[in-house]
Amino acid sequence: MGELKTKTEVIGEGDGASIITTKAEDLLHWAQKYSLFMCPFITACCGMEFMGVTSPRYDLARFGAEAPRFSPRQSDLLWVVGTITQRQAPILKRIYDQMAEPKWVMAFGTCASCGGFYDNYATVAGLDKIIPCDIYIPGCPPRPESVFDGLMLLQDKIADGDRSPSIIKPRSDNAEGPDHGLVQLSRRDSRPSVS
Amino acid sequence: MSKALVELIRNKFPDAFVETHSQVGDDTVVVKSEAWHDVCAFLKSSPDSDIDMLIDLTAVDFPEREPRFEVVAHMYSLDLGHRLRLKTRVGDAKGENTDVATLSDLWGSANWMEREAWDMFGIVFDGHPDLRRILMYPEFKGHPLRRDYPADKIQPLVEYRKVDNIDKLPPFDANEGMSFGRQTHDKTEEESADAELFGDN
Ligand code: SF4
Repeated sequence: MGELKTKTEVIGEGDGASIITTKAEDLLHWAQKYSLFMCPFITACCGMEFMGVTSPRYDLARFGAEAPRFSPRQSDLLWVVGTITQRQAPILKRIYDQMAEPKWVMAFGTCASCGGFYDNYATVAGLDKIIPCDIYIPGCPPRPESVFDGLMLLQDKIADGDRSPSIIKPRSDNAEGPDHGLVQLSRRDSRPSVS
Repeated sequence: MSKALVELIRNKFPDAFVETHSQVGDDTVVVKSEAWHDVCAFLKSSPDSDIDMLIDLTAVDFPEREPRFEVVAHMYSLDLGHRLRLKTRVGDAKGENTDVATLSDLWGSANWMEREAWDMFGIVFDGHPDLRRILMYPEFKGHPLRRDYPADKIQPLVEYRKVDNIDKLPPFDANEGMSFGRQTHDKTEEESADAELFGDN
């Protein structure tokens, strides 16, 4: 069920615990963070990874964020997945405006976060140029793991009542370095020699 | 493969024939823009060429040339199996006088491709039934794939937010997010030192 944050006390010990005291606000945040109904706004190739994220293999339901609502009025979290073109921008703005408070926005992928490599006449350099954004998930496209990172970070932020934008930080890649037994493509001398 | 087609056009339109070349087996014919429609109509109707498919129609901008734009059509005959690249040249240095006859009465596929060439390069196809922008929005000014369109010029439909009180906006710090290619902020001292170290720029 996930824990309730701050100022929450469980009275009683172990399995016998029967009374929980908390602030109404904390309870509200706790409910919100586990019922992030999504409004998918999918415009480009990141949509493929989005399909992966929402597939049973990755089980988005663990975070209570799996239910898609194709009406912005019923959704809490706007997933902006893919490149936002100047032509799409008014549509995105309108969808955002139609969402009821409280609402959160996730920039899924580099393009949605900052325009990515589309530095040109057609593309909005990041959705935050148009609407406020709560969570940026870099990657082209991001792996489902980083999306979950982002989702959990957003949940933490909701629990803390924090509305400042946040970014998933890069992890050091375990595949780096010679110790992990992975093929080092750049090291020509380690290839078996042909005699 | 389509050398015969080249000869066919040369014999039929000796005045309109400008030049021909063949690159990796693709034969190209350049004709005068006045004869653009006639040549295409002939290629479509003549049983020797029988071009029944217009694969692609686009344009190329050569700002140093006069005429400046090349309109390029790739065509194919489904029955005879030969293909041809037909070009014509239009436009002056200012990008005016880019008129060329439409092919949309010959091949339906030309309709949208000509709209794209108009949208991106500003080629005017005379006689086109509906010459509107197809990729950009109607409010867009200019033609973005022309070489003289500024590379960083955008024409937003939605006013950008004033975002100075939001601290975490891309481009990110060196230690945040991924290293995106875009650099829209001034380099910090630390970054400049990094750049020197790693030979970046
Ligand atoms: S970040 Fe990459 S994968 Fe995602 S929409 Fe942009 S180009 Fe496509």
